[in-house]
Amino acid sequence: MRLETTAAATAETFPQILARNARQWGDLPAYREKDYGIWQTHTWRQVHDQTRAFAAGLASLGFGRGDKLIIVGDNRPRLYWAMNAAQMLGGIPVPVYQDSVAAEMAYVVEHAEARFALAEDQEQIDKLLEIRAQVSGLRTLIYEDGRGLGGYDGLLSYDQVQQNGRALMAAKPDFLDTEIAKGKGSDSSVMLYTSGTTGRPKGVVLTYDNLRRSAENAARIEGLGERDELLCYLPMAWVGDHIFSYAQGLITGLTVNCPESAATVQTDLREIGPTYYFAPPRILENIITNVMIRMEDAGALKRWMFRAFMALARRVGGDLLDGRPVGLADRLLYRLGDLLVYGPLKNTLGLSRVRIAYTAGEAVGPDIFNFYRSLGINMKQLYGQTEASVFVTIHPNRDVRLDTVGKTVPDVELRIADNGEVLFRGPGVFHEYYKNPEATAETKTADGWVHSGDAGYVDDDGHLHIIDRAKDVGRLTDGTLFAPKFIENKLKFFPHINEAVAFGDTRDFVTAFINIDLTAVGNWAERHDVAYASYQELAGKKEVYDLIADAVAQVNRDLAHDPRMEGAQVQRFLILPKLLDADDGELTRTRKVRRGFIAERYAALIAALYGGRTTVHFRTEVTFEDGRKGMVEGDVAIRDMDTARPAPARRAA
Amino acid sequence: MARAAHATGEVLLSLENISLRFGGVKALTDISFDIRKGEIRAIIGPNGAGKSSMLNCINGFYHPQEGRITYKGVTRRQMRPHQAAEQGIARTFQNIALFKGMSTLDNIMTGRNLRMKTGLLAQALHWGPAQREENEHRAFVERIIDFLEIQHIRKVPVGRLPYGLQKRVELGRALAAEPELLLLDEPMAGMNLEEKQDMCRFVLDVNDQFGTTICLIEHDMGVVMDISDRVVVLDYGKKIGDGTPDEVKASPDVIAAYLGTSH
Repeated sequence: MRLETTAAATAETFPQILARNARQWGDLPAYREKDYGIWQTHTWRQVHDQTRAFAAGLASLGFGRGDKLIIVGDNRPRLYWAMNAAQMLGGIPVPVYQDSVAAEMAYVVEHAEARFALAEDQEQIDKLLEIRAQVSGLRTLIYEDGRGLGGYDGLLSYDQVQQNGRALMAAKPDFLDTEIAKGKGSDSSVMLYTSGTTGRPKGVVLTYDNLRRSAENAARIEGLGERDELLCYLPMAWVGDHIFSYAQGLITGLTVNCPESAATVQTDLREIGPTYYFAPPRILENIITNVMIRMEDAGALKRWMFRAFMALARRVGGDLLDGRPVGLADRLLYRLGDLLVYGPLKNTLGLSRVRIAYTAGEAVGPDIFNFYRSLGINMKQLYGQTEASVFVTIHPNRDVRLDTVGKTVPDVELRIADNGEVLFRGPGVFHEYYKNPEATAETKTADGWVHSGDAGYVDDDGHLHIIDRAKDVGRLTDGTLFAPKFIENKLKFFPHINEAVAFGDTRDFVTAFINIDLTAVGNWAERHDVAYASYQELAGKKEVYDLIADAVAQVNRDLAHDPRMEGAQVQRFLILPKLLDADDGELTRTRKVRRGFIAERYAALIAALYGGRTTVHFRTEVTFEDGRKGMVEGDVAIRDMDTARPAPARRAA
Repeated sequence: MARAAHATGEVLLSLENISLRFGGVKALTDISFDIRKGEIRAIIGPNGAGKSSMLNCINGFYHPQEGRITYKGVTRRQMRPHQAAEQGIARTFQNIALFKGMSTLDNIMTGRNLRMKTGLLAQALHWGPAQREENEHRAFVERIIDFLEIQHIRKVPVGRLPYGLQKRVELGRALAAEPELLLLDEPMAGMNLEEKQDMCRFVLDVNDQFGTTICLIEHDMGVVMDISDRVVVLDYGKKIGDGTPDEVKASPDVIAAYLGTSH
């Protein structure tokens, strides 16, 4: 670490850290953004200047201490700067998920009592205008990209705000520095609304100390510095992006690269070649699915090379990465593989230079995780929450175990409650839920322990294992332990299954809803001459049911190995004719299944699963991207499964 | 909707008593209408009504036997398509006419062709002024790519793209010529709802941001009524209606042509 410790001691807030960066790293790249096909670099000095202009502009609009600034849009440098600008004035940025519909956004705007909002483009401005008509407090709307906004009245452009700011700075040269100097580490830094699988979102208030110390600790153990590169492509409203791109970006001085658009992430990744990388399991899985599909279409020689070397990589790649002993012949072969297969593949994926890669959020499948590690990419799991300023545990370098989420980061303590729930305490623990003291008291004890809501245990080596959400763990009527996510994850590890929802608590046996993966199953269907016109039709095909039944049977065999889970095998399942979608409220914005809501919405399907029928009529409303509604309707088949017996029992019979 | 922000009322193109025959077939009979600067003008009508023939007359591909076409105050009888292009008329086609093997970027670059001044040899050698010029054109094309939100397919051969995106690339190529008058032949045909909505937004944005006058042929009545300022209705080569969407919708002749009448 090349942190200036003296400066770090005096720089407590992000605006103060930005000033430090402009001093010590003035000409180093801070942000890059691809604009008109070319990567444009902004140095720390430029960022500092731009941010100050925007801050002064906000001040001239009446933005002051304690004011909230709603920020909504894709990852754009100017939106990150606006966060810092708001903080310069003692205000609190509130990033909002850019794909939220107006009603969800309205709740946040109203709850946060925001008077100001910054939107990336017309799409977001339209939503905010709709909200402004309902929520009286919201007054000032600023946009970054003016395209299509020609005919709108009463909006301000980012540039105009900066212009006003420069005028104010000329008139009152000391104003901004006085404001910045007022900031303290214990002040509120940001409010992040957690999507939550139940109930209304809660506004998690994190202080500068929370974010700074959590980000610093993790950066120190990973050795992040000002030469590192990051591609920010996950929502700005998500705590992970806030820590990686914003907090760690400022603290370590790493370069934050903003993709051109959501659709170009893969190309941009390749052009940037980040050294520090985060991807949720679903994206890691998509990447592999695409690689596999393209390999299927490759020539015979390439296919053979890929298979042979990937088999070798699976065998020794992980060991090489962790520094465990590997035979000379395998080492040499691996080198050759690196030249012929792994290197080019990593290059294509844009992962050649990755030093540290994290995944988190959901359980990651063993095949997926091992795929990356075997290629020599230092993929690690981390366990964290918004309430912890992300970091609770991380896989230590060279001690990576698939079935755990790693060891605690410095200054964080773990405790397992009597009911199996994981509790943690540390410097990153959140200040409060905004305007919700009851929820704060429920989650955080007086002495700073946070109830994570996850069930887990710590093994003898100090690694944390997470089993499921504590409240989701239930029992079948015969007393068998039922951990739905455990089963769902096993199902989701099959490439053909995109999402699964298991039911079984207080029931006689376990059943499941399956969502097929359109890319993978579509490709399979093409290869097997199964014709289909829509997702719904594909989902209802008998052949597809057979395909999924194989996967379910495999999961049942796995479960049969574990005496605790043997009774929790999936006995009946159906394939949902529509994709579970956040727009319909079935998933959270971070794509976690909202169990309660689904159980309620599809009560008729669940009744059929437990009622012994073989088909059930399905009719539900779907929300299109533009907010309009439509109906999906049809008959859904239900498939019965045989349950597997554990091997010894079979011999006895 | 904040429509017609750019419509000035000044006539950009006027067609007077146009008649077009192919042998004995009368494709267009005595048609007159005008296109005003800055407006979105739709031409509608049942199949075979002569809509595409009309566009072909405007951009000089067909030469009507009778009638006068006045564009920017200049009346002409005969004009070749490339002359039309030089005067600021660009178009897209009902059946996509792109270079399938070339990338999106290169396809749109071809739209800049008319604006390139350096010679073939200099361009081939990519030398001196030619290089500078290409950079300028590339920057312009990148603005179009950004505008149409097709960054992710910048380097993908057009033949590999889905239909809706190819249509968008074709629009991009037409825009690359910086047209004053843009002719769109069924820009939304064969698209799904979402693609149609995107395309509508792009058409409106082109009109709004660049002030480009647009004349389009479209079958989707919802689209036409939503985005156009004025509509002209053709049936069997004759004009049977002309006016704002509301006026046209209320016209008994138009209703008869579309829904049929009991004679």
